[in-house]
Amino acid sequence: MPEQNITNTDLGLLKTIAGLDGIPPVGAYNLRLNSGSAGRRSTKNIEITSKTDRPGIDIRIKPGVKDEDVHIPVIIDASGIAETVYNDFFVGEGADVTIIAGCGIHNDGCEESRHDGVHRFFIGKDAKVRYIERHYGEGSGAGGRVMNPATEVYMEEGSSLEMETVQIGGIDSTVRKTLARLGDGCRMNLSERLMTHGSQTAESDVVVELNGRDSSAGIMSRTVAKDDSTQVFRPRAVGRNACRAHVRCDSIIMDRAKVSSVPEIAAESADAQLVHEAAIGRINNEQLLKLMTLGIDEERAEEIIVEGFLS
Amino acid sequence: MLELKNVSFTVGTPDSGLDIIDDVTLTVPDGRFTIITGPNGGGKSTLARLIMGIEKPTSGTILWNGRDITGLSINERATLGIGYAFQQPARFKGLTVRRLLSLAHGSELPENECCAYLTQVGLCSRDYLNREVDDSLSGGEVKRIEIATLMARDLQLAIFDEPEAGIDLWSFTMLVESFKTMRRLNNETVIIISHQERLMKIADDIVVIAAGRVRDSGAAEEVFPKLMGEFNEECDMRGGADRGEAR
Repeated sequence: MPEQNITNTDLGLLKTIAGLDGIPPVGAYNLRLNSGSAGRRSTKNIEITSKTDRPGIDIRIKPGVKDEDVHIPVIIDASGIAETVYNDFFVGEGADVTIIAGCGIHNDGCEESRHDGVHRFFIGKDAKVRYIERHYGEGSGAGGRVMNPATEVYMEEGSSLEMETVQIGGIDSTVRKTLARLGDGCRMNLSERLMTHGSQTAESDVVVELNGRDSSAGIMSRTVAKDDSTQVFRPRAVGRNACRAHVRCDSIIMDRAKVSSVPEIAAESADAQLVHEAAIGRINNEQLLKLMTLGIDEERAEEIIVEGFLS
Repeated sequence: MLELKNVSFTVGTPDSGLDIIDDVTLTVPDGRFTIITGPNGGGKSTLARLIMGIEKPTSGTILWNGRDITGLSINERATLGIGYAFQQPARFKGLTVRRLLSLAHGSELPENECCAYLTQVGLCSRDYLNREVDDSLSGGEVKRIEIATLMARDLQLAIFDEPEAGIDLWSFTMLVESFKTMRRLNNETVIIISHQERLMKIADDIVVIAAGRVRDSGAAEEVFPKLMGEFNEECDMRGGADRGEAR
């Protein structure tokens, strides 16, 4: 059985990145462990197959499927693994599904462990997708924990996507690239939450192209940069039709960190309504004072503010 | 019992400092409902912040139940049962009303208790429980939630800094009722910084702070008529000028 390789460390990572209490979860899933397969299940409505030309899987969701979840977690607990994985999602017309991805790296060694996930979504007409991606790193080794996710989204008429990406901590370096193309009447909400500490670096480039009439997009990032970490955000919304987009970047900066937010809106249609806002600032002193008047010490008050901000 | 002994608070350098609070000595007995009033800029809010520990006095001593708390931090004072409602409450991105009330309470508050506190401050509770205490709330809403955070705590001394500011008349009536209830049910000592006559009318004691000093203090029924007299006198002066023109 493929499950034999799963250790307690892996189970801990699975809980953190996918909220799973064990393997197998309910419904369709694929668990990738140290570049190999550690379990897979297709269901009547959701078929998962390996790619033949390169590492990765195809996930095919039948039209009209309602309320099903797909879990595709990736775990690396060995040092020195470097992989690029290509996963394609084909979501049938009118389907309504939740896809829970995520990658956890436990690196106790001195070599770098790296996972680059390249995900493409082909979302059919009127389909609704919720996509959750959590990234987390841990381990005592000096080896780096690196994740470079690339996501491409192609949305057909009337479809919607709620995309939540969370980098909880422990990732030394990340370069995140997201591209979405929206057709007529499509809705996309992208929420990006990220925390960096130590000397970590995080970069995120997002391009949302609103090509369809009456399409709309919200791009929101909330981040916390601690210690000597560095973050750069470049979210860009391009309006090519009667459409609406709102770009918001909001960061808490602490210690000696550096944060750069470069939101961009570009209109190529007179009917496009695009807004952007960006803010970077330290934890508000009034917030700390308020929590301290509730009997909470300053350190814990900071944690509560950060937890709330990233929740 | 709260005692302030010769408390001063000066900003600037010792040579050219500005006395915000100037040698204030004051006693607030347990279970009393005290209004601190006086002209704007007179030092009322600073006095309240000194009691909570948000500011530290330049000189003097603050005693709480006989214990010198002058050197204690804000959270240490909070754990001794002292609470403070800010005049301009902080907003928190991502923190829900329910979470904030639970933090105030010290443990997760059941929904019905959260709702009861919100109702007391005139908010329709179900609409607010899961809302974030951020910029999406109006000034009046944030202010009422701030007051609710004190109600959710088990306090011995509750300090409210101008609770009426930013609250509409209807909600204010409700708030006065809440303060009355608070008086009846708990043995909490309550200090309210306020200019509101309706709050002064339900007070046990009134302290008048002007130019950083205690100008007057005593039982409400004694101090209140004097304050009203002062107000009437000002009105008379203006009225007199009008009458002069008429003659």
